Amino acid sequence: MRRILPYPVLSLGLFVASILLSASVAPPSLVLAVLLALLAPIIMLALGVDRVRLKAPKAMARLAIDVAGDIVRSNWAVSQIILGRRRHERTSGFIHIPLDLRDRYGLAVLAIIVTSTPGTLWVEYESATGRLLLHVLDLVDEETWVRLIKDRYERRLMEIFE
Amino acid sequence: MTAAVLTWGLGLAQLMLICAMGLAAWRIIHGPRAQDRVLGMDTLFLNGMLLVVVFGIRTNSQLYFEAALVIGMLGFAATVALAKFLMRGEVIE
Amino acid sequence: MTEAQIPAWAAFVVVGLAVAGSALSLLGAVGLTRLKTFYERVHAPTLGATLGMALVLAASVVWFTVVEGRFMPREILIGLFLTVTTPVTLILLARAALFRDRTEKAKDMPDKG
Repeated sequence: MRRILPYPVLSLGLFVASILLSASVAPPSLVLAVLLALLAPIIMLALGVDRVRLKAPKAMARLAIDVAGDIVRSNWAVSQIILGRRRHERTSGFIHIPLDLRDRYGLAVLAIIVTSTPGTLWVEYESATGRLLLHVLDLVDEETWVRLIKDRYERRLMEIFE
Repeated sequence: MTAAVLTWGLGLAQLMLICAMGLAAWRIIHGPRAQDRVLGMDTLFLNGMLLVVVFGIRTNSQLYFEAALVIGMLGFAATVALAKFLMRGEVIE
Repeated sequence: MTEAQIPAWAAFVVVGLAVAGSALSLLGAVGLTRLKTFYERVHAPTLGATLGMALVLAASVVWFTVVEGRFMPREILIGLFLTVTTPVTLILLARAALFRDRTEKAKDMPDKG
């Protein structure tokens, strides 16, 4: 198993992407998809890329559902800000968050989550100190944001990736 | 009835996307700084891509899928190259 | 317009999704022109790049699925691609802006990590 499919997640992704691109399940497109899924990992082996180790599929599913909800909610919040329907005075600003997550794939997923929820933007990450610089559009309370990122996302990502 | 809903509804969607492209173009022209212009260009590419997708629905043609994919990729490459240039003054270090 | 015959409910679903997505995208562009500083403006286009994009692509998936009579989720590829690339572009752009502001010693800049 290890020998044929050193990167199972990558192979599966390439297989599905190839099927989707050709938009058919006829034998030629299947053969192409299988070839891609079997050959691309050879290149990745030569490059010496770290394997992704995914654990806790339940946590993954729950995280995905929560993130989808958060995306809708923060889209709503940001559109209210843009339309100027806010009662209190809005301040935006930078906050520092100390991260314990060290796995690079986990960090990449966290970056995607933070950026795809409008209102928060990942600006800088210092890998030596693990400090993350975020820009928040509606910065009411710094502590709330730190706790939100750490409890809602980081803890579960550590469960999945570490 | 159905045809009218489709024509007008998708036309409205296209109109809104064109307006969005206009606003992004306004940001490109007015700046004030280079990073604002790059951000405007990224938005312009994104809305252009969505416009092509809606156009594909309207004309019932799957050919626009590839066009949208290419526009998305070009937008990504262009924005990354420009952002990198802003950071160091060189695209490839 | 098109010769394709699709049921009325599908037309309403497609139009609803497309209009909602385009409206969000337009709102993002409005924010791009209305917000005051660069770091605030960076947030605006993410409206179109996340939910707006997803809704328009969903409209396309529903349309082609109904017209073709089989599941056609090709647009998911565009969605995946955008989800993965948007953070890269925005992070790079924000870092470039921060770098430029720091070298010019602008006010209210956060200290380095």
